[in-house]
Amino acid sequence: MTLKLDARIPDGPLHEKWDECRFHDKLVNPANKRKFKIIVVGAGLAGGSAAAALGELGYQVEVFVFHDTPRRAHSIAAQGGINAAKNYKNDGDSIRRLFYDTIKGGDYRAREANVFRLAQISNHIIDHCVAIGVPFAREYGGLLDNRSFGGAQVSRTFYARGQTGQQLLLGCYQSLLRQVHAGKVRFHARKEMLDLVKVDGHARGIIVRDLVTGEITRHAADAVVLATGGYGNVFFLSTNAKNSNVTAAFRAYKRGAGFANPCFTQIHPTCIPVSSEYQSKLTLMSESLRNDGRVWVPKQKGDQRPPNEIPEDERDYFLERRYPSFGNLVPRDVASRAIKERCDAGYGVGATGMAVYLDFRDAIQRLGRKVIEERYGNLFAMYEKITGEDPYEVPMKIYPAVHYTMGGLWVDYHLMSTIPGMFVLGEANFSDHGANRLGASALMQGLSDGFFVIPYTIGDYLARHGTMDPKQKVQPDHPAFDEVESEVRARIQKLLDVKGSTPVDVFHRRLGHLMWDECGMARSKEGLERALQEIPKIRAEFWKDVAIPGDPKEFNQELEKAGRVADFLEFAELMCMDALHRNESCGGHFRVEYQTEEGEALRDDENYAYVAVWEHRGPDQPPELNKEPLVFEAVHPSTRSYK
Amino acid sequence: MEQKSMRLTLRVWRQDGPNDAGHVETLQVDGILEDMSFLEMLDKVNQDLIRAGKEPIAFDHDCREGICGTCSLMIDGVAHGPMKGTTACQLHMRHFRDGDTITIEPWRSGAFPVVKDLVVDRSAFDRILQAGGYVSVNTGAAPDAHTLPVPKPDADAAFDAAACIGCGACVASCPNGSAMLFVAAKVSHLARLPQGQPERRKRVLDMVAQMDAEGFGACSNHYECEAVCPKEISARVIAEMNRDYLESRLCSGS
Ligand SMILES: Cc1cc2nc3c(=O)[nH]c(=O)nc-3n(C[C@H](O)[C@H](O)[C@H](O)COP(=O)(O)OP(=O)(O)OC[C@H]3O[C@@H](n4cnc5c(N)ncnc54)[C@H](O)[C@@H]3O)c2cc1C
Ligand code: FES
Repeated sequence: MTLKLDARIPDGPLHEKWDECRFHDKLVNPANKRKFKIIVVGAGLAGGSAAAALGELGYQVEVFVFHDTPRRAHSIAAQGGINAAKNYKNDGDSIRRLFYDTIKGGDYRAREANVFRLAQISNHIIDHCVAIGVPFAREYGGLLDNRSFGGAQVSRTFYARGQTGQQLLLGCYQSLLRQVHAGKVRFHARKEMLDLVKVDGHARGIIVRDLVTGEITRHAADAVVLATGGYGNVFFLSTNAKNSNVTAAFRAYKRGAGFANPCFTQIHPTCIPVSSEYQSKLTLMSESLRNDGRVWVPKQKGDQRPPNEIPEDERDYFLERRYPSFGNLVPRDVASRAIKERCDAGYGVGATGMAVYLDFRDAIQRLGRKVIEERYGNLFAMYEKITGEDPYEVPMKIYPAVHYTMGGLWVDYHLMSTIPGMFVLGEANFSDHGANRLGASALMQGLSDGFFVIPYTIGDYLARHGTMDPKQKVQPDHPAFDEVESEVRARIQKLLDVKGSTPVDVFHRRLGHLMWDECGMARSKEGLERALQEIPKIRAEFWKDVAIPGDPKEFNQELEKAGRVADFLEFAELMCMDALHRNESCGGHFRVEYQTEEGEALRDDENYAYVAVWEHRGPDQPPELNKEPLVFEAVHPSTRSYK
Repeated sequence: MEQKSMRLTLRVWRQDGPNDAGHVETLQVDGILEDMSFLEMLDKVNQDLIRAGKEPIAFDHDCREGICGTCSLMIDGVAHGPMKGTTACQLHMRHFRDGDTITIEPWRSGAFPVVKDLVVDRSAFDRILQAGGYVSVNTGAAPDAHTLPVPKPDADAAFDAAACIGCGACVASCPNGSAMLFVAAKVSHLARLPQGQPERRKRVLDMVAQMDAEGFGACSNHYECEAVCPKEISARVIAEMNRDYLESRLCSGS
């Protein structure tokens, strides 16, 4: 182990740690903040909120996004909601319960201190978002409404119809634009970070490609914040936006940032099933639907009758049957596996047999169509557009799909990576969700990281390691920039020099299939070993035959994709290695060799209660495994039960 | 179920960059399935072009589920195509027939220069919002969320306006290239909420001034914008904004 993994968890009882941290952190004098420049890559909920909050404090902030405007980040697609421990429903919620649910939901593979802080901050997020004009759903009395989400027995999820991510992101984006207007933030749209520059071991800048002109530029700063989202698209088909990718995080990994738990992937139970071989992405049907929809398959194998003709006593509501106390609201990993189990056993429905029903008949009878329309109108409309079927009349058909990545760059309590001066926020880091994320907690984490954690912790870094003397600041003409820039140029040239005949997507699809089969919902030693043999073959063919038409000095979407897929082709190996080394099942990581008699995940706390942090050791060397032990003081890891 | 395979003729706008005159290219495509989305159809066409050693058609997209506002195609002269309340990425090929000819063009507006083929630059929208489309509250300063009840009808109306995805279909379909629906949606979202009141007057004046500076046209009540808006935002917000604007002008004495 060569990485120094000091999580810098503050002393004291859990509920005082964040206070303790803020008290001991050094501050940057308000008048001096403008002397520090901070680069923020990404402007989803995490990056957008960070950039806005840092701008408000007076730092000079430069934001880079590959989108044409910050408002299009993948966060926009989040549907269901955002958690907070407000206990507005008077149903027994508390900061401690949100903390506990998140640790348990993550199958005891997250760091207690971070998760407790997240629960503490959750309430401030709602306050702030309301103040900046986010139109959350309200009750007739004018106060905020809540709903339930999987993995919890309280109603703590705030929402804005089925468009919670959109409304939160627009709130962040507006706050960001306010800082642009104030001259504190500059944003650079359609600019892709292709590498990280370190000077004396500290992150000091990035190399960027302008996606419109192809120009490669250098940007120096006193600190770099990555908020570049998750890597679910390694599977080609996922619920992520098409352009989401691992490049920024993977490039940082290659520059020395530890990558934590890369195999921890979340498969979401309720997505619209694959319909054709040209399928380009999968669409999520929000988890909130499980509040009112009931999941079932016919009791009889291969029953071909239309769903509405199958009588009540011939339906198997298998989640309610297996998990009577949580029923349809079991966590995602549990629901996904149960659905897969039924389909693999031959009870699946639809043309391919790879689907189950999500049925609203009873809810419509109980509550009336109008209420259902109000709660889920846009989701139902989305479903109908895609499938051509009306879910008010016929049950939805759903199947699990890749949705979220709990793994990510390792960060300490300050959200700093193993590279000093490089901070990682949002889905791009690994910090809060362990081996399985609970619904409505990614939005919470992104905004907590950006609005409420980084503004404090980055100040401590700058006060200790930054310089205010302009003469001592690293400039873009520093030799370190020369070196990284020439490597970036060489990589682009190498892609162009292949001059092959097969489109990028073909390789991406092949990789995705392989990953879904061997590193998806169920993993095995043999399967992972097979994947580890196959990935280098696909990679070799990619580098021999990929076709990238057009000019690198102009808008070139195939070149963009090729760079990202090249990184996925390497990163996939790291995921499989991680999955292979973890000889246990936990959360979304299900190794078929490690399961209980009832088919539930079998954790091994004695040997695997740690964060696996992978370290890049050079092009021809295998990565090295480092471990951050997980210490549980407040909750005692037990077998998760949702029965 | 066997899906029917379609043959189509595509007439696609090709343009190398903002300074190129551009032209229509005609392509014969085959093997299009009903369950494919419109963008998946373009994906397939692009794969075939690449294999044939040609440059694929550039088009913008990301979420492919109608929420990010990135996709932006004029399909047979209609922004986002023939289905009401539907973005191009949510449009499926089952709405077309074997043998159809489909014309695909970029958004056309002086304020949205073409980047390449079907991709345009919509940064003017960011600049309009920068001028005032926000509530000036710093992080950390907010009171408890429940100190500010909002009557449900107001919250719902604010939400209806806030549903705008910033795609620009309204501008593309307006004979005058007006951005009124986009601007009014944001103005109305914030004007309907108590949080938006302190800056209400300044906001509308500043945003409208920036809209004019960007070169968008005036609104002459054609309401093409409302007809194509994939989020079905009502043109009522334009009337609301006009009222707000006039009042604000009067109050500011200019
Ligand atoms: C369909 C769907 C529904 C969801 N629903 C919910 C929900 O209801 N509740 C919940 O809590 N969570 C939900 N999630 C998860 C949640 O939306 C995401 O985890 C979260 O929004 C990620 O935010 P982020 O800011 O970390 O990253 P993103 O929003 O993905 O933003 C990434 C940013 O980084 C930029 N970027 C990336 N790489 C580069 C680069 N190399 N150079 C320059 N810029 C770069 C992008 O342009 C973008 O601005 C959902 C996810 C999906 C897929
Ligand atoms: S691609 Fe996001 S709205 Fe069409």
